Amino acid sequence: MVEERDSSCLLSELRETFKSGRTRSFEWRKTQLEAMLNMLTHQEHSCFQALDHDLGKTHVESYKDEAETRLLFYPAKAEVIPEPYGLVLIITSWNYPLQLALEPLIGAIAAGNVVVIKPSEIAPATSSFLSKTIPLYLDSTAIKVIEGGSDTTQQLLQHQWDKIFYTGSPRVGKIIMTEAAKHLTPVTLELGGKCPMIFDFPSISSDLKIDMLKRTVRRFYGENLETLKGMTRIVNKFHFDRLRGLLKDPLVANSIVHGGSYDEERLYLKKIVESIEFINSKPKPLALYAFTNDESLKTRIVSETSSGSVTFNDVLIHCLCDGLPFGGVGPSGIGRYHGKYSFETFSHEKAVLRRGFFPDLNARYPPWNTFKLEFCRVGYRFDYIALILLLLGLKSFPKES
Amino acid sequence: MGTTRFGGEEAATMMAELRGTFSTGKTRSYEWRVAQLRSIVKMLDEREGEIVEALRSDLNKPEFESVVYEVAMLKSSCKGAIKELKQWMKPENVKTPILALPSSAEIVAEPLGVVLVISAWNYPILLSLDPVVGAIAAGNAVVLKPSEISRATSSLLAKYVEQYMDSSAVRIVEGAIPETSALLEQKWDKIFYTGNSKVARIVMTAAAKHLTPVALELGGKSPVIVDSDVNLKIAVRRIIAGKWGCNNGQACISPDYVITTKDFASNLIDTLKQELERFYGAEPLKSNDLSRIVNSNHFDRLMKLLNEDKVGGKVVYGGQFDKSQLKMAPTLLLDVPQDSLIMSEEIFGPLLPLVTVEQLHESFDIITRRPKPLAAYLFTNRKSLKDKFVRTVSAGGLLINDTAIHLAVQTLPFGGVEESGMGSYHGKFSFDAFSHKKAVLYRSFIGDAAVRYPPYTRTKMGLLQALMGGSILGILRALIAALFGSSGKPKTA
Repeated sequence: MVEERDSSCLLSELRETFKSGRTRSFEWRKTQLEAMLNMLTHQEHSCFQALDHDLGKTHVESYKDEAETRLLFYPAKAEVIPEPYGLVLIITSWNYPLQLALEPLIGAIAAGNVVVIKPSEIAPATSSFLSKTIPLYLDSTAIKVIEGGSDTTQQLLQHQWDKIFYTGSPRVGKIIMTEAAKHLTPVTLELGGKCPMIFDFPSISSDLKIDMLKRTVRRFYGENLETLKGMTRIVNKFHFDRLRGLLKDPLVANSIVHGGSYDEERLYLKKIVESIEFINSKPKPLALYAFTNDESLKTRIVSETSSGSVTFNDVLIHCLCDGLPFGGVGPSGIGRYHGKYSFETFSHEKAVLRRGFFPDLNARYPPWNTFKLEFCRVGYRFDYIALILLLLGLKSFPKES
Repeated sequence: MGTTRFGGEEAATMMAELRGTFSTGKTRSYEWRVAQLRSIVKMLDEREGEIVEALRSDLNKPEFESVVYEVAMLKSSCKGAIKELKQWMKPENVKTPILALPSSAEIVAEPLGVVLVISAWNYPILLSLDPVVGAIAAGNAVVLKPSEISRATSSLLAKYVEQYMDSSAVRIVEGAIPETSALLEQKWDKIFYTGNSKVARIVMTAAAKHLTPVALELGGKSPVIVDSDVNLKIAVRRIIAGKWGCNNGQACISPDYVITTKDFASNLIDTLKQELERFYGAEPLKSNDLSRIVNSNHFDRLMKLLNEDKVGGKVVYGGQFDKSQLKMAPTLLLDVPQDSLIMSEEIFGPLLPLVTVEQLHESFDIITRRPKPLAAYLFTNRKSLKDKFVRTVSAGGLLINDTAIHLAVQTLPFGGVEESGMGSYHGKFSFDAFSHKKAVLYRSFIGDAAVRYPPYTRTKMGLLQALMGGSILGILRALIAALFGSSGKPKTA
């Protein structure tokens, strides 16, 4: 557990670092991301290379957006400039403890922020790994790891952050957003929910489906619990008991057709239409999966259901598509990341408009009269002909009221 | 308006009705959205006179401001949405990585569902309906809660919006704290709030209970840096237009205070006095071109700022007021103490303090010491100063050599940062603010790679790593390793 005094000191140090402007330079960001790459390479987790590669290319210079500006303001140049929020807190989950810590971190660094990572205490080995290893590779005056449980999280949340990124459960998501509200801190919440999967195998009996599933599961994982290979254990006793509790529920127990050492819930509906209704009656999930070749069904699913994302004929792989935003909707989350969206989620997009002193149109300034009013009205409509006529005194305007 | 109570029960009933409407899919159709937007334009065309009257009643707002900054801006926003909507609704194609081939991907915009817009009193037409334009364009059902402080406008909206628009999907709820609280207890799919940071915290806390995303359009102290190397007359006119020409300083992006050098200050003040008199006359309380202060609460608040110890004596121009009519004249103050209330709180009124520094670069520290504002302004011709300003000052939006007008550029996102807000809108940003951008990935059954599936082996891992690494050499190496084993010798059967 981190002492209150300690965390205040740590945060002051981070704010000083941010204020110095060091994290805003392209060189610093590139060096950090390269250092992270080294860290991962040395630790043999180079599957993050692809993500890092993409984000490292993100343009940290302003991207220009030449705007069409009205006659009254011409000439003017408009652009949107991304800038780092400042002090960012990343709270991660236990199920992909490395990826869920590092992927947001990549985005936060790429955007030029200073960061505190609070890894999940439920995956203690990874938490410890991050705490020991990150300071060896990354700039520890700008990126810090603070270990601890929910007490530590509560304590951290009392401070003022410029952005909070949380991955985890809706229950804790609400607590975090409530704390963030006290400081008007923007949040990204990557939550969960029950991700439904629709199987559309026309006129195949339900038994056959189950048999296929059983066979495939056996092929992947072996025959019984003792020789179970390649499957992650349930992370701790709390979740194990929770899942066992779900299985013990008599309604669920009756629908178990294979195994019993993991949780599966299958529901068979006579028509596929019912599945859409069924999904819509439940909270919006993070991901929706559908196995079908029916194009009109695909269209219906996309337009009639709502979820963070939809994947047809596969699962999970959308997480690897960096061009796609990854995030939930409703109870499955707020905000998104991956690829350039990671950069954006940790940036404030600042609007900048530049004007010259000429021309300067009198019509803007008081004292106002009907002529000026008509001029502006017409100008707003881009009605240049009327504008010219007005200026030449050839257009009439409503009498002074 | 009637005295029917609007409490928790009424809010729940209304929510159920709107969810019912939304689930029919009616609000998703392009035709419905365009029809609603057109009916807003129709309402503005047909009711303009009444709108101008209501704004006169609520704020003594000059007709020019009502027509140009509220009605015309809103009409322009609607028409822009109508013109661009088809494009906005189109899914965005996205490239997929080698690992996911063969596949195609797109991002589909869908409405969030039933949304709540809570608006403010200073631009009660624009700030009520402009977010509604975004909500409708994105295909949502929407409830609008106008500010009770601008009573006449609130009544006007309650009377006409449900008449011109589809009341099965668009509703107005009038009221104050009790009604707003009842609304905030419901589960919305988005809440869009315009107002102050104190209430914003209450809104976000209520939203957190349902994990409802929020957009908060707040305010702050928008500074103006004035360099000596400028066309002074034009700079001053633009400052006046952005300050007193916008609801007599009661606007979220009004210049709040000015920073200039000690050497230049007297020039600046003289020109300000000159132009203020040209615009508002020698007796500004009699001018028809100035809004009044909205109510006695705000009037007293401003008087308190003015009368604070060590502040009152710094008035160099103006200071006239008439409490009975809630009128206050444009007032300039010079070098008030940095820790005074007028330099700590958002002024939101016709008082303009000027702060002088030895060198202009000191102004950046003055600005960055304070919470990030909604807007920041700089008048200069020097490129180096412009660059430093853009680099150093963080705000919702920056404007160089003018004030306030950036909010009329629909291609720029309008919103704050930190204390000045979160989220943005205008133009396509409004559509985005009320949409969920859903990622959709279409995979084919062809090209299924056994490499993904358990049992996991080192070879599979190597191949996957190489594929994800994306380097051709890496992929070849891994393929060779798979065929021949890492020893380089061919595997025996």
